[in-house]
Amino acid sequence: MTYSIIAEGLVKRYGETVALDGIDLAVRTGSVFGLLGPNGAGKTTAVRILATLIRPDVGHAAVCGHDVVSQAHQVRQLTGLTGQYASVDETLTGTENLMLIGRLTGQSRTAANGRARELLAAFRLSDAADRAVKTYSGGMRRRLDLAASLVTSPRVLYLDEPTTGLDPLSRNEMWEVVRGLSATGVTVLLTTQYLEEADQLAEDIAVVDHGSVIATGTPDELKARTGAQTLSVRPANPADVPAVMAIVTGFSPAEPEVRNTTVTVPVSQEDVLPSVMRRFEDAGIRVAELNLRGSSLDEVFLSLTGRRTETGPEAEVLEGSAA
Amino acid sequence: MTTTTMNNTVPDNLQAGALSALRPLGPLGALSPRVGPLQGLRQTFSLAWRTLVQIKHNPAELIDFSVQPVMFLLLFTYVFGGAIGGSPHAYLMFALPGIIVQNSLFTTLNTATGLSTDLEKGFFDRLRSLPIARFAPLSGRILADIAKQAWAVIMLLVIGYILGFRIGTGPLGLLAAFGLVLISTLALSWALVLVAMLAANPEKVQIFGFVVLFPITFTSDAFVRTASMPGWLQAWSKANPVTLIADAMRGLMVSGPAARPAVESLLYAAGFTLVFAPLAVRAFKRRV
Repeated sequence: MTYSIIAEGLVKRYGETVALDGIDLAVRTGSVFGLLGPNGAGKTTAVRILATLIRPDVGHAAVCGHDVVSQAHQVRQLTGLTGQYASVDETLTGTENLMLIGRLTGQSRTAANGRARELLAAFRLSDAADRAVKTYSGGMRRRLDLAASLVTSPRVLYLDEPTTGLDPLSRNEMWEVVRGLSATGVTVLLTTQYLEEADQLAEDIAVVDHGSVIATGTPDELKARTGAQTLSVRPANPADVPAVMAIVTGFSPAEPEVRNTTVTVPVSQEDVLPSVMRRFEDAGIRVAELNLRGSSLDEVFLSLTGRRTETGPEAEVLEGSAA
Repeated sequence: MTTTTMNNTVPDNLQAGALSALRPLGPLGALSPRVGPLQGLRQTFSLAWRTLVQIKHNPAELIDFSVQPVMFLLLFTYVFGGAIGGSPHAYLMFALPGIIVQNSLFTTLNTATGLSTDLEKGFFDRLRSLPIARFAPLSGRILADIAKQAWAVIMLLVIGYILGFRIGTGPLGLLAAFGLVLISTLALSWALVLVAMLAANPEKVQIFGFVVLFPITFTSDAFVRTASMPGWLQAWSKANPVTLIADAMRGLMVSGPAARPAVESLLYAAGFTLVFAPLAVRAFKRRV
């Protein structure tokens, strides 16, 4: 098995703030790798190091065997970066943006123009090709940004929160594009705050928090560990809460939580509802509300770390300044 | 080609004819170990092109750097000229070199606000993630601003000629004057580049740049002789780099001593570059 990205012990500090606290990553060639974590976890910092935009304070990383610090120029020939914020020139048209990148990377005028048209068509932007980017919608901008990172046909693609801020329709579109890209053999490293996104796209996931990897595995492995879904039960009689807790504990790897009179717990089996219902009936507990839904990142974190994610203002600022 | 398998994995909403854009990766070619100097130059030209194409989409910018200097020229010649210089023509001969300096200085503000915009919008990250020369984003912008300055200088000279301005020296003097104003104002603009690296957004760069450039320009002898200024202001004005550049320009374009103010201007230019270029580069590295 070959790895396109290897990172060992990456540390990055900004003054007092530790953005990365020793991260190890190994991304298999041709796979989609998900870096999952809340705002301020260090995802963007890690991507910026791997894309040669910043240097790690400690540790090293290599892309296709080339060191990101000492062989940065080689790494840049292999990688494409699509940031959290669309990094295209808003005053230029879509075609001009893509042509600029083609020309900068040594393509002839004809080749750059051809590649631009080709990519605009692939991303359904042909109609807007000659309009200034500032007239584009959020989804269109994001697609152009992705197209811009593909002009050079990179082997490794970094997608930093590719769907943050997009509406559900645009998000689904972006997922399809990532799958299509992956099918061409490109290695994709994507960062996301959404468990569902990592589950949909990634073959391997690393969960990061406070600059450290706190869990790794396939989506199935992680779901088995953390509970892919959340069961919540509200007994009709508040006095039944302890009994409900005792019952649901048997279905979960983690401790149940109580808010008001609702008991919530992560569960990994999908067919949990009938057995849970039977147990309640056997115990004579009347249930006012019962539901099963996909876990949020917050709940995955809770079961991994025993605490909730901290997406306070400080974390927002950190990620913002790093982006 | 694996068209059939790709049709299974690539969704329908990506048009079938466009799939070639997402073609499977071929074998990896040899990677170049570094950017050659010629490539760096070409990349500089590509990025200068990008800055100039922006004008096409934002014609207001064209007004900014072509109508504005002409307006200044007309205003100073016909409104203030008689009062300041005795007659509009006498004043024009005095003030045109100064207006060229003023205009070039204000044009360098474009370099700073443009850099700030690129940093804020993330476009700089895009450029830096590409295998291009590290200096290309900056040199491309500077080259574009030189083109804008050249355009403005030519326009000022043509309109100045129509109004009665005549070169008192010769083509060589004119060429030297143009070279001097470019080199000096670019060197002074390092201070503005530093501001661009430190300020949060282009609006702040614009405001700060204006607050600094405006008094420096108008406390020089670019527009008026300093004899009527109070003593302390005269002392400052003599040391003001804008005064030195304007004096040198007059010497090179009209008449009078040129060598001394020109050398002093270049010393200023060297000093600004030595102090502010490393600071700007350091601030840039800290910011990204």
